[in-house]
Amino acid sequence: MARRTIEPVLWLLFSAGGVVSALFLPALVFLFALAIPLGWIDEPGRDELLGLLGHPLTALVLLGVFVLSLLHWAQRFRYALFDGLKLKAHQRLINTVVYALALLGSLAAVVVLWQAVSARNA
Amino acid sequence: MTQPTKDAPRAYRPEMSRLWWLGRRSYVFFVLRELSSIFVAWSVVFLLLMIRAVAQGDSQYRDFLDWAASPWVVALNVVTLAFLVLHSVTWFNLTPAAAVVKLRGQRVPPAAIAGGAYAGWVVVTALVVALVVTR
Repeated sequence: MARRTIEPVLWLLFSAGGVVSALFLPALVFLFALAIPLGWIDEPGRDELLGLLGHPLTALVLLGVFVLSLLHWAQRFRYALFDGLKLKAHQRLINTVVYALALLGSLAAVVVLWQAVSARNA
Repeated sequence: MTQPTKDAPRAYRPEMSRLWWLGRRSYVFFVLRELSSIFVAWSVVFLLLMIRAVAQGDSQYRDFLDWAASPWVVALNVVTLAFLVLHSVTWFNLTPAAAVVKLRGQRVPPAAIAGGAYAGWVVVTALVVALVVTR
């Protein structure tokens, strides 16, 4: 029997993250990184935006999108370094750094979205 | 009979430059596609900074919008959006290869699967825009 590894799970998360990031991120980045800061659409007030972003359902969906997107990045970036830049010799270091960053980002997502939900309730 | 010396049968390992992918347009495209993941990660960081500012208060939200409208952030985010669209298009185009769907014993044509993926993209985008614009 083949040795059990975590690799298939990581590829599954990579795929899930690929799907949700492809579906959600272009719209979110277009709106929040370009359309709103540059005034292409009426700027939403802070309270209105908090009402939307701090809604538990929105926060839950965003948490899923963010965490899976970070895991998508982790897997794809690792292999870009291994194959693209031929850094397979440093596999262990790269794995540690990339997954530590993905984990940190996921924790930050939990904290920030929790802040939004509590601020909306306050 | 002579024994082969210790280092005689050595595997042939062709030397490849770290920039091997610059040699052909399709290789460059492959690397750009893989690099889109960096911009996926940056989008998450940017959106988290935005949500944090909104959660913190009115003045933090204003400061964030000012920062987001500064030239280098706008430039970075224009590049980011271009890479995100590259990611979405390449991802949905590959969906039929990854997901072989059978319906009543018939294979669903690849074009229909890709079409469904694009339709999903349109629906999600419309939903997100509607939620943010109407609030």
